[in-house]
Amino acid sequence: MSLLTVENLTLQFDTDEGRITAVENVSFAINAGEVLGLVGESGSGKSVTAKSLMQLNPENSVYSPESNIQLELESGTVDVLSLKKSQEMVVVRGGAISMIFQEPMASFAPAITIGGQMVEQLLIHTSMSKKEAAALSVEMLERVGINEAAKRFNQYAFELSGGMRQRAMIAMALSTKPKLLIADEPTTALDVTIQAQVLDLMKDLVGEFGMAILFITHDLGVIAQVADRVAVMYLGGIVESGPVAEVLRSPSHPYTKGLINALPKLDAIDEPLTPIPGDIPSPLERPPGCVFHTRCPEVIADRCNATVPTRTEVSKGHDASCFALEAKGKAA
Amino acid sequence: MMDKPLIQVENLNVEFALGRTWLGKPPMLRAVNDVSLDIMPGQFFGLVGESGSGKTTLGRAILRAVPISSGKITFDDAEVCYDVGSLLKKDLKNYRKLAQLIFQDPYAALSPRMTVRDIIAEPLEVMGLTQTREETDERVRDIAAKCRLNLEHLRRFPHAFSGGQRQRISIARSLVCNPDFVVADESVAALDVSIQADILNLLQSLQDEMGLTFLFISHDLSVVAHICDHVAVMYLGTLVESAPTRKLFANPSHPYTKALLSAIPSLDPNERTKAQKLEGEIPSPVNPPPGCKFHTRCPVAEARCRTEVPEWRELSDGHSVACHFAEKV
Repeated sequence: MSLLTVENLTLQFDTDEGRITAVENVSFAINAGEVLGLVGESGSGKSVTAKSLMQLNPENSVYSPESNIQLELESGTVDVLSLKKSQEMVVVRGGAISMIFQEPMASFAPAITIGGQMVEQLLIHTSMSKKEAAALSVEMLERVGINEAAKRFNQYAFELSGGMRQRAMIAMALSTKPKLLIADEPTTALDVTIQAQVLDLMKDLVGEFGMAILFITHDLGVIAQVADRVAVMYLGGIVESGPVAEVLRSPSHPYTKGLINALPKLDAIDEPLTPIPGDIPSPLERPPGCVFHTRCPEVIADRCNATVPTRTEVSKGHDASCFALEAKGKAA
Repeated sequence: MMDKPLIQVENLNVEFALGRTWLGKPPMLRAVNDVSLDIMPGQFFGLVGESGSGKTTLGRAILRAVPISSGKITFDDAEVCYDVGSLLKKDLKNYRKLAQLIFQDPYAALSPRMTVRDIIAEPLEVMGLTQTREETDERVRDIAAKCRLNLEHLRRFPHAFSGGQRQRISIARSLVCNPDFVVADESVAALDVSIQADILNLLQSLQDEMGLTFLFISHDLSVVAHICDHVAVMYLGTLVESAPTRKLFANPSHPYTKALLSAIPSLDPNERTKAQKLEGEIPSPVNPPPGCKFHTRCPVAEARCRTEVPEWRELSDGHSVACHFAEKV
């Protein structure tokens, strides 16, 4: 049984301009101790998907009745979307699931010390005393490689550098020993040399704490370095998913292929960059049929623009949603 | 091919005062420290560094958007020759036409209250480069076509466009006055990969078509590797290495360049190496370390590096480095 199972998640937002579909029919599962990478460009719905795991989306969000998110805990199965009161949500938010955000400056309260914030959440989610919570927090700060942890504990977010803030964020997220950690672009705001340090740290911690990670990023290189499996999102849907080595080496969906071709690679400086033609459509004008057909080089006339493709298995555990693939499968 | 550089920077220093004091001098932040470089006409010159390395300040100093503390910047396009630091009124105005800037964030760079046509036409009107409205429209349509903008888009407002289209509008605005030299400051950093490739290709074709010289500022080495012919690496306000792209990537000679290259996450999941990761973080530019500024994080630093500033020296043709142990690296 997977730790987390998401089935047919469809999420819309009520806005002044009408109902916008942000996520459509997304299904995936994460096992304990596994790192699932969720990759996509801006507007692909990756953050919104992650936030729905903790019902953190704004009030105007509408989940379809078929949407189902199940969390397997020792105390039993939790149906996340059925939780209504915020008291009930405590089991999930910060309890079983912790989250690291992209912008470490914006995610710490500026007027409370780092330590104060770390202790506060421990008091809410565990039965520790204030003293124990403080001791554990300092220990966690040391674990993530912050020097003079006891001093940093009493400092404010603005006194820390970007890399240190992100480390403190990780320490804070892990101190409650979550089953699942959602990392939403945790290294995007950092310089490459600091990014490398933080990625190394996260890899070490997965081994040590044995938790699962949902790692959201737009950077395929980062995914290649940290993830076990990857799911590629485009305009609210998962177009391809599978083991990370397979998907990156033999991508099956035209969008995944396009993404990889558009990426400048250091070992192939002379090869021209091939952009994916056109722009990402506005979510207000979602194309009918396959959402990628407006930019797809392998588009099949009258088919892709009319019906939504279903998942086709490429190899074990690796599948993609594309008619071109289906056609190839039949021909073979 | 001319042999004279279009932009020549000699021993440039840019300092900012941090606050004011009643007595004595306020603490100074030296953003650019003794930088010299030559940008040849028609070159795509890349400037790489992490945040706080001074790359943006250097770019802006060349455009005279920040005051120069000491040193010299010369602009020479065979028609005019300017000492950029001491330009006054009329010459400065003319220099503004010749040297332009493309910004990073296409969302912040465009006024939401102006139509695309007005946004692109504004530099022409401000600089008085066209006499009649027809002439202006002609120039706007011409540059819009070059930047692959749809002509019917000219009547719309920026909010109707995606990031990639906005960046094309922003590029058209920078190029409409027909400059010689363009500073592109992180111009693709805010874009998605599929769009980024499109803008990079556009910049390259515009360079060919309009005979432009670019200073391309970026933190992303793989992007720079693809588009630039020459790359300079900055760390904490100083240049640490400068070489033709191929040489730099084949044979990085400064430990910082080497570390930067190895920090880029590889697309190959089998290459999950922990090779040569840098310890620590970039020190504060207010209080830079003595000697070689990189010694606090350098894997090969020795006693000498802590006291003696390494000399900027040429290793081979066009490949310069500032490191005592460049031969060993």
